Order: sequence, then structure tokens, then C-alpha cells
Amino acid sequence: MNTFFKADEPLQRVDGKMKVTGAAKYAAEYVLPDCRYAVLVTSSIAKGRIKSLDTKAASNAPGVIAVISYLNAIRPPGYAADNEHPTEPATGGQPHRVFYDNKVYFNGQPIAMVVADTFERATYAAHLVKAQYIVEEHLTDLNKNLDKGVLPASAKKNPKSPLADYDRGVVDGYKTAPVKLEMEYEHPAEMHNPMELQAIVAHWETDDKLTLYDKVQGTQPTQQNFAKEWKLPPENVKVIAPFVGGAFGNALHNWPHETAAIIAAKMIKKPVKLMLTREQMFFMVGYRPGTFQRIGIGANRDGKLVGISHFSIGQTSSYEEFTESVLQQTRMMYTAPNVSTRYRILPMDVSTPIWMRGPGEATGAFALESALDEIAYELNIDPLELRIINHTDQDPERNMPWSTKYLKECFKLGAEAIGWNKRPLKAGTLSDGPWKIGYGMAVGTFGANRRSAKVRAKLFANGSLLLQSAVTDIGPGTGTAMVGIATDAIGIPADQITFQLGNSEFPVAGNQGGSSTVNSVGSAVLAVCDVLKQKLLEMANQNMPEFKSATLEQVTFSNGGLQLKGGSAKTTIGDLMKKSGSADLDLIEEAKPGPEAAKYSKYSYSVHFVEVRVHSITGRIQVTKAVTCADAGKIINMKTAGNQMIGGVTGGIGMALTEDAVMDHRFGRYMTKDLADYHVPVHADVPHIEVRFVDKPDYIVDPMGTKGIGEIAIIGVAPAIANAIFNATGKRIRQLPITPDKLI
Amino acid sequence: MKQFQYIRSVSQKAAISAITQEPKAKFVAGGTNLLDLMKRHVMTPERLVDINKLPLRDIKEENKGLHIGALALNSTVAEHATIVKKFPLLAEALNAGASAQLRNMATVGGNLMQRTRCPYFYDTTTPCNKREPGTGCSALNGFNRMHAIFGATPHCIAVNPSDMNVALIALDASVQVSGPKGDRIIKMQDFHRLPGDQPEKDTILDKNELITAVTIPASTLTHNHYLKVRDRNSYAFALVSVAAGLNLDGKTIKVARLAMGGVAHKPWRLTAAEQSLQGKQVSIEAFQQAADIAMQGAKGYGHNDFKLKLAPNTIVEALKIASRI
Repeated sequence: MNTFFKADEPLQRVDGKMKVTGAAKYAAEYVLPDCRYAVLVTSSIAKGRIKSLDTKAASNAPGVIAVISYLNAIRPPGYAADNEHPTEPATGGQPHRVFYDNKVYFNGQPIAMVVADTFERATYAAHLVKAQYIVEEHLTDLNKNLDKGVLPASAKKNPKSPLADYDRGVVDGYKTAPVKLEMEYEHPAEMHNPMELQAIVAHWETDDKLTLYDKVQGTQPTQQNFAKEWKLPPENVKVIAPFVGGAFGNALHNWPHETAAIIAAKMIKKPVKLMLTREQMFFMVGYRPGTFQRIGIGANRDGKLVGISHFSIGQTSSYEEFTESVLQQTRMMYTAPNVSTRYRILPMDVSTPIWMRGPGEATGAFALESALDEIAYELNIDPLELRIINHTDQDPERNMPWSTKYLKECFKLGAEAIGWNKRPLKAGTLSDGPWKIGYGMAVGTFGANRRSAKVRAKLFANGSLLLQSAVTDIGPGTGTAMVGIATDAIGIPADQITFQLGNSEFPVAGNQGGSSTVNSVGSAVLAVCDVLKQKLLEMANQNMPEFKSATLEQVTFSNGGLQLKGGSAKTTIGDLMKKSGSADLDLIEEAKPGPEAAKYSKYSYSVHFVEVRVHSITGRIQVTKAVTCADAGKIINMKTAGNQMIGGVTGGIGMALTEDAVMDHRFGRYMTKDLADYHVPVHADVPHIEVRFVDKPDYIVDPMGTKGIGEIAIIGVAPAIANAIFNATGKRIRQLPITPDKLI
Repeated sequence: MKQFQYIRSVSQKAAISAITQEPKAKFVAGGTNLLDLMKRHVMTPERLVDINKLPLRDIKEENKGLHIGALALNSTVAEHATIVKKFPLLAEALNAGASAQLRNMATVGGNLMQRTRCPYFYDTTTPCNKREPGTGCSALNGFNRMHAIFGATPHCIAVNPSDMNVALIALDASVQVSGPKGDRIIKMQDFHRLPGDQPEKDTILDKNELITAVTIPASTLTHNHYLKVRDRNSYAFALVSVAAGLNLDGKTIKVARLAMGGVAHKPWRLTAAEQSLQGKQVSIEAFQQAADIAMQGAKGYGHNDFKLKLAPNTIVEALKIASRI
């Protein structure tokens, strides 16, 4: 039962049928004439140099066309020179240059590639490539090297960077509080593991025209990256990604395998398809960095926070500086007069991490929202009450008003739905036979971001509407949301509106990431519909006497037509265009955030409530109830928005209880690298998840009033579960994932 | 995957002949483990002898006991009415294993033969005595959360991953095999071996022998429970699992059967603990005492030290649930 449905049935997913029937085409499914298959060979050491590479057996294997490595690979002309540190695209530093030289920077690094006439033959031959190494000592263990952390380069350059050291009030002011606690929290690296494996088909249409069918979260950012890498005009690079089978952030960066496929296609002068194996997905396409955090928190007896000091150190690679916003929530969420944050990264001999759903914020919230819970027990105050006591009506970090903030409404919705009043104030006191029962909650927040975007509209003489944007849809239902916005705006029935996406030749849109797609692209849909309405009105003014002096305010756009308010005069759009002798309308509109938005702090909020049962003898953990509430502005589609919240909470259960990319530091290599050993939650781990939206618009962020959902869905879930486990058992686990062995 | 020859046999005789002719041949049925291992080059048979067409799928009652053809699917066995009723330990254990999709493919014979899930065994870039004898055991001082606490040697600390095997050993099952030298019956207790200095050998089965059936004698167990503790609630191997079966006369334990999974290179029967329970009244104290006896000689290797506590806890809990006290 979907309790998040509202009275009026939301628009069903416009591409749902295509997805469940297999009609939706993903990157690896494109079949180009004369296509060849590339399979990567990866390193088995974490650091060193390749001494020799034996490719003979592979070259002689049946069907093999080429074995490509640093020995013979052509170099993309735009590869950065040694020690050159561009700050683009996604992270600082220098993206890994595949097949550039014999250096090995991480275990699982692509060191060679076999291209063959079939995927199976390429796979077999790849196994025949043998490397010998000069091994160098590697550094992969974050927890043993916490003192080696560095300030990110961007923060060194710019002291106002959100990554720079931050102090409000007295440094470490929490120490002066009558009640104070100091804790350490950590979580391991977590892998995105989208269902769709990373895949690309690279096709040089001519010597200087490249088409990529690629699993990406942004067609145009990818176009820009590869245009730069191959020194081509951007319009010569076409990126196609109309369907993406989940990504969670791992396709926000372009990775070595993509360049490898492009190199192969260039060298053999044929289209080349390359798909990673599940194991390779653990090696080279990013992950949530393992992070260690330390928090000092102090409060007065009445619950007023005196101060919070929050230190975080996360892993990055030796060649790229990956950073994320771990400490934002600590700076802006509560009224504490004294707040210090320190963010460090540790370059190690590992591949580069990348944003993973609720990036940074989900990490920081685990420590912050656990610490809030810990001090609530110390103060003997209900943790929900503690958050209300320290609620702030303006942004204490920037001293600016919030655009909107309905966090207290979320508290109320969630507390009612979970039955918060059943929660025992004292931990470890509620049980049912051997099962200990507990309740926990935590808050999440993420910036309500918006970027400029353009949308093209083609209004056909039959009254149907085609919209186009370069944006991708990694699963949230972007097309559905956009059709919903358009049908609301212009009154054309949803089944007569098509939204095409995932093509770099369509109008400008950024990555699908940072919960910003509806805010950004939706605004452009609205803008283009507004212009269309104006044009239709002008046609009506000129060609229909009843509409002669009608203004927009006097006309209703609905059921595919125009009608005078309070009158009977009406026309369908098709008839109007016919009557006016109008050709199809074709226009592009841009929408961008206005100056007013800069005067506010803009955030989405979530509050997650869970009930858990922990078996007192075996340590088995079961999340038995979950209620997730969001202040995400106006909700465009209750169904797809609810799906996002459910997915986020499910991911949060994984973060809290199961996901653990275990590295054997002797080899610098992951040992849990398939879906049997790396545990994402299964249905049996996930309870019915109830979703509640405040559903109040924020017109500062954008004209629809939306704020963004994707990230807040997971931010705060892990601490809510950890807090519930403490409430059930009296055991505070500060190291994720919380597995049965930690509770017996 | 390395290229291999594929032969589909339609008779037992032909199958045994086909495997005998080629030194690097393997039988394949469901293939749910073997194909994974072949894709990873952990196992590289030159020949696969497909036995799916052999008439070995029957499940029938024999002398109040049970005969299960080697090719009976895990899901078929788990749902079989007689088994659910008379041998619930087996049905529960099977349903605790793998996923529905895998259980629909995997056979009983294949389940007996599945290899350990030690991550070093699967990763050909790391040393592993089971995969490459003489290279060393990476798990011994490495990531050994899932590993053995009983019967391990410095050569190998891997565990047998099967849930079914735990129930079968508790039920005193036997394995019927057929080979070029004739047929024989191997007691479940003897079928799997401890690693010793030959961890490459999981079982005492001869390379050319075919498993034809598993038989289980009539069961007098009146109270049963299979309890599996794992890192997620489905599709995860056991941290520890316990098959507990009791024959109760009122509160008196007439017969006790106990076996553990996830703790040794073979399904681990707890004979001494069983004996300690015989004739006793059901009580937490008796169960605790049995668990203490069961844990004698247990040894942790670091990451898996928690099993020294989890295992006895799970024994007590399984007995408690089985006896409904």
C-alpha cells in the first residue's frame, strides 16, 4: 500500500512501461554495426610500476584485434602533463590518465585492455595478459594515518571556502559547558552499486567526431570533459544517455574506462563497447570515502547547546583531491554559539572517491545526529525535544534568513506516525521476549540548489507538445516530473506531452546530481510553457473575436485548449493553430536563479524516525518501522517523490547495517567486491516505509516552489537507526555498519 | 572463462565414463557455484559433464526415512510436503540459504559440493592454499570475519558455506555415490573433511565419483529449529548457524541432535553437546552447559573472535526455540 498517495492520483511514470518491458535502452544495449568489444585488465598491486607486460598469449587468442596498454596506446591530446593540476572537472587534482605510463596508483587500476570481436573472447583473452611489477609500499589504511590529513587545496587558496576551518564563537567552546561529551565515529568506504554496470559504446563517426553511448549523470558535462581530453570542439562530441539504471553519484565523474573505450575505438577505427564487471565497479568508479570523525558537544542542563566541535577526515586518491560537504549540517542546523569545524582529507594509494547519495552530509549527519542523541540521554531530555530547543529560525552560519524551513512540521508528522510517545526515555527498557525494542530519530538537510537550464519546446499543430533537455534521469522519474509541470502549466493532457532527455545536443542542463534537477530544469519547462501560452494567446487575440482583448489572467489553459474565464468561448490549441495558419512552434527558453535567491539560505530538510528490534542473544537487527518526513518544498509528483524517499531510506539502512567495503591493507585491495559479499539491504531488511511530505512551496528557490528530495532521503537515516539501536539496547555503536557481532 | 568441452550425459554410466576419460573434468548440474568459479578462473575444468538429464530427481520415502535424488532442486526439497512435515530442519536450512532464484537452480548434490566463500579463494591475485596449494593462507592474518573457529589449520581457515549440509549432518544423512569402481555410501559425518595440510580437498569424494542420492534415516525428532545468524536477513552466508533437533518426552530430552554451520571446514556436528543433553530436562542451564561443551577447542583468528560468543549464544537460542521454552 502506498500511503504517500494524495487524494488526486499522481501522474504515473511516463517511461515505466518501457523500463519493465525491456524497451528502455541502456548504454551497453546499443548495437552499432561492426562494433568490437573491449575488456579491461586491472592491476593486482596498489602502488608501483609495471615491470613487464606479457600480452603475447592474449594477442594470439582467437578473435583478438588489439591488446592496448601504456606500451602502445595513443594518448588523448588533452591529457594533462605530469604535475599539472587542473581543478576541473569534478574534483581537484588530475583525473587518472589511463594507459599513460607504467605507474600503478591503486589496486584494480586498468593496466591493459583487450579488444576482440566478441565480448566473451575479449574476456577470455584479458585473463591471459600477465603483468610483473616493481612493488612500492602503499598507504591505504585511513584509521592508522589520521595524523597525515591535509587541508584541501581549494580551502588553502580560499579561506572562505566551506571546506576551510570554521569557527563561530570560542574555539572548542563546548568544553565550557556543564554537560559535555567527546566521541569518535567512523564508517568504511561504501560502493554505489547501481543495478546497471558502468558501460560505454564509443564511436568515432569521423576522425574528429565522437559519439558516446555512455552511462553518465550529465550528457553535457561529459561532452565538455571529452572535448577537452581529445581537443575537439564540444559540438563534435555527442553523448547519448536516455536511460540510466541507477547511479547514486558514481556517474558524476568520467572514469578511466570511458577514455579507454574511446582510445580503443580510435585505434581500431571501429565502434567499441566496454562494460565493467561488478568487481571492477569496486575498483575505479568512485565510492563514498571511508571517513573518521570526532565530535565534542556541550550543553547547558536545560538542553541549550553551548558548542560543537566537529573534525572529519576522509580518504582520497594520491592524484585527485576529492572533497565533500561533511560539516555543513553542524554549522547551520543548531543554535550553538560556539561551533568549530575542521575538514581534512588523506591522499592514499586508492582510486578517487566520488559523491554517493547524500554526499558528505550523510557522513556528517551520522556523527552529528548521533552526538545529539548521546547528549540528550546525558541531559535526560527527549532527543526530539532537544532538537526543538536548539531549533534556529535563521541560518547561524551565514546570518541569513531561511527561504523556508518547515522542520518542526516534519517533527510533528513523523512523531505522530511512528508513535514517538511509545519511546522509552531510558535505553534498554522495552522488550518483547528476547527482542529489545527501541526508537530513534535524526535530521537531515541538503542545500536547495538550482542552476540555470534551458528547455526546447515544439508545439505541433495537432496540439501535442515535445520538450527536450540534455538532462539525464538516473531513476527519480525526471521525465514524469517534467511532463507533470508542463501539463499543469499549459493544460495540454499529459499523454500528449513528450519529454526527451539524455542527449547532449538538447538544450543546456547540468548533471543530475545534488537534488537540483526539478528546481533547475523544471523552471525552464515552466518558462518555455509561459512563452508558449503568451504566443497562443496572441494567436487567439488576432484570430478569434471572443479572445480579442483577452489577457493571460482572463484565460484558462486546460484540456488541451484555451477558455475564457467566466465565459463559454473556447478553442483547442490545434484548432487555434489551424485557424491562425501557424506553423509548429519551436522555441528554447532559459531559466536561472534570480538575485533574490542570494539573500536567503535555502535547504531541504528530512526527519527520519525508526523502530528497531535487536535480538538480545544473537544480535540480529531488524528495522521494523520507518517513517520519513520531508520539507522538500512543493511536491510535483507524490508517487515519484515518495519512491525517492523510500529508496533513500533503503540506502540508509544499508549504510547503517550492512554495507562494508572491506580492504585488506596488506594488498591494498577490496575483499568484499561482489553483491554476495558486499551487502546491500534486501527486502527482508527493509520494513514498510511511510513517507510524509510537508508539501509547502518555497518560491525563493524556484517558481514551482520545489526544493529537492534525492539527497535528504538518505541523510540522517543511519544515525536514526544507530540511535534506535541505543534506545533498544543501551549500546552505542559509533562504527558503521552495525552488525550482529557488535551487539552481542 | 577458459574454453572447455561440454558433454551432456543421459545415463549414469555414460556420465561416469565421460568424467573418467578426462583428468580435468567436472560434473555440472545447477552450476550456481561452479560457473562463478570458472568465470573467475578459480576452477578451470577442461570438460564439463552435464548430468541434468540423469534420472536422479526423485524424492521418496524409504523405510520411514528419505531418499533424495542428487538432482532434486533445493527449492523442490524445501517445499516437499513430507520433508516440511517430517524433516523440517532440512526444509528450514534450505530456505535459509541463497536466494529463491538460486534455490530454483541449485541441486542437492551440487549443494554438497559447493566450495567455500572465502574471499581470498575467489580472488586469484591473492595467495590461497585451497586454490593454489603451497601459496599460503591469506585469511589466517587477513579478513577472516566469516572464517572457522573449529578444526582449522594454518593451511586453511575457510568454512563450508552450506546451510543444507548442517541439517543433513544433524539428521545423520548419508551420501550415495557411484563411480568406476562401483557404488558406495558415505556417512555425512565423513563426507566433508577438515583442511589438514590438504585444504584443496573439500570432501573425500573421488574425482570420478558421482553423487546419486542423499538418504536420511527415519527421524524421531519432535522439536526442531534451524537458526541462522547473518549480516543481512536474506542472501548472506551464515556468521553462525545451528541445526537443533530434539525428541522430547514431556520436558525430558530423549534424543538431541546439534550441528553448526559457518564455524568449520565441514558441517560441524556437536556430538558431545548432544550427549550432555540426553536424559536432561529442557532448561536454559542445560542448553548453556551443552553450548559450553560444544565450544571446547574453539579458536578465533581476529575478525571472527566474536563467533566464540555468538556460536554458544546461537546454540542456546536454537535449542530454546526448538523446545519452545
